[in-house]
Amino acid sequence: MFFRKAGISHTRYQDERQLWPLPIDRYAVVAVLVLMIAAPFLVDRLYVVSYLLPLIIWSTAALGLNFLMGGAGQIHLGYGAVIGIGAYTSVHMMRAGVPLEISMIGGGVLAAMVGIVFGATALRVKGLYLAMATLAMQYIVDFVIIQFPSISGGTQASLSVPPVTFLGFAVEGDKAPYYVALFICAIVTLFMLNVRRTSLGRALAAVREKDYAASIIGVDPFRYKLLAFWVSSFIGGLMGSVLAVCFYRAISPDQFHLDLSIQLVAMVIVGGLGSVLGVYFGVALILFAPIVLNQLIGAISEQFGLSITNDLRAHLPLMLYGGLIMGFLLIEPLGLAKIYGNIRNYFLVWPFRHSRQ
Amino acid sequence: MDTILLMELAINGVFVGLMYALVAAGIVLIYKTSGIANLAQGALAMTGAYAVLLFSNGFGLPMWAAIPVAMVVMFGFGVLTERIALRRMIGQPVIMVIMLTIGLEIFLRGALPGFFGAAVKRLNIGIPNAPLFIGDLLLNRALLIGGSVSLGLILLSIVFFNSRFGIIMRAVSDNQTASWSVGIRVERAIAVAWGLSAVMATTSGVLWGSTQGVDWSLSLLLIKALAIAILGGLDSIVGVLIAGVIVGLAESMATGILDPIVGGGTRDVVASVIIMLTLLLRPHGLFGREHIERV
Repeated sequence: MFFRKAGISHTRYQDERQLWPLPIDRYAVVAVLVLMIAAPFLVDRLYVVSYLLPLIIWSTAALGLNFLMGGAGQIHLGYGAVIGIGAYTSVHMMRAGVPLEISMIGGGVLAAMVGIVFGATALRVKGLYLAMATLAMQYIVDFVIIQFPSISGGTQASLSVPPVTFLGFAVEGDKAPYYVALFICAIVTLFMLNVRRTSLGRALAAVREKDYAASIIGVDPFRYKLLAFWVSSFIGGLMGSVLAVCFYRAISPDQFHLDLSIQLVAMVIVGGLGSVLGVYFGVALILFAPIVLNQLIGAISEQFGLSITNDLRAHLPLMLYGGLIMGFLLIEPLGLAKIYGNIRNYFLVWPFRHSRQ
Repeated sequence: MDTILLMELAINGVFVGLMYALVAAGIVLIYKTSGIANLAQGALAMTGAYAVLLFSNGFGLPMWAAIPVAMVVMFGFGVLTERIALRRMIGQPVIMVIMLTIGLEIFLRGALPGFFGAAVKRLNIGIPNAPLFIGDLLLNRALLIGGSVSLGLILLSIVFFNSRFGIIMRAVSDNQTASWSVGIRVERAIAVAWGLSAVMATTSGVLWGSTQGVDWSLSLLLIKALAIAILGGLDSIVGVLIAGVIVGLAESMATGILDPIVGGGTRDVVASVIIMLTLLLRPHGLFGREHIERV
């Protein structure tokens, strides 16, 4: 009905190995892309700025984390700090007059370098200890950013982003930042989709499943874990600068606290470890569920005259994150991506279920 | 730097460290039996403090009755958590189990302030506020009592590990399959470990709640407790005691000596630095067993 596999038989290996072997998928991708590009002209600017733009930026950042957690199986509880390093580096570079494109790369590289230092420490140990080392990294980076006025511009101060241009276009107003973020998002998404088809992606998958087994078949686990940390931290740093330029416009230390790291981890887990499409679902759920729930509870309490305290409503997002993480881990550890996959597989051959291999 | 100030810092630091160590002991207890690091221990301490508040303010019980009742309830809470959530995760990768405890931590941190109100609540367990003077030394009475109670409880848990049930727990931690085959009920041992650790968390929640008030910030005890547990070795109760003193001293010295130089805030980062250094130099901690992975 929605996805038809009928009548599609690939006759060349290249056809079967392309990113989207089914025509319906290719049409869907093009449709989504066109919709995203046309969105600023179709919907109100409020929706673009406060819903679509965060969705795109956080999805890209979560893709970077997913590369490490889902791709290489390494836990990272300090990704917010990585994003913070990238944001502060690039904003300082821009304020010194460096163009945005180079500042983005600079932010990414410094974030990757700091990330890899902590990663190298952490990779002597694994699993549990890695979680704690990255948690410690979050606190140490927070401390350094807050305590050095030359970085943060003072404890209470925020650093504003100077006017910049991206590839010749001024990044200002509502539409330009959206397109910059969309451009970066498209590049990162393509990278993530393709990386699992390369030797790097397969090596990481081997390390994720069992590092001893990987080293027996000639994949150096330490090297590939570090590489995963490097790539993921680079994307985190890059997204830090995109976040600063396109979304926040002025950064302060409290935007990159532990809460952000936990929110990102929640996005990845809810979306589904290792799935690119799932990350978008996860980000959408984590970003919008608290808003919807809050509206809903507000409406219900007004309707039935219940008194719901502001404290409860303020803490609903936290409860929701925790509940979603626990619920998905217990009931569907592979996240929304798996749920989507099940539905898709069902309809792929519907109503001829017996034809599914 | 005068010696009196240093002495005060040192003594207060030791007792603060002992109070941190009680939270860490809960983490070690769970790790020893089930091999899971419970990252929700800070939130459990917070939950315990809120439970005591609920029974004393909400139901009007006197404090001496409210604390034991809260402990019993929290024991049940710990056992239930293990039964409902953690037991279903057996056999899953360690990253999943860690994430589950983080999810629990976030959930509790949202749910309790959400339902009981986010403002700081006073928890008065009858320790006078007036400081204690010994010669020229000015000591905080709440810290002294809290540290002593924690020390007592940790010593008690060392004794407990030599009792019959403690030996069962040590057997379970050593090899779950082997203890199963000699007729030990592994599930029950792990459940009891969770219950006991929730009781320890309640005690530390009450002790900390009486010094700084009860709100969500009690769950921040987690990072200090983790530092202690890692420095001492994740499976050593004695290690917790010694590492607790070290972390407490380091933190108090950093606050007293480094803060005036760098302008405050070192208190929160000491624990993180200790975690990093331990992992860098001696990943299995001071007293922990070196982890050997069999392929």
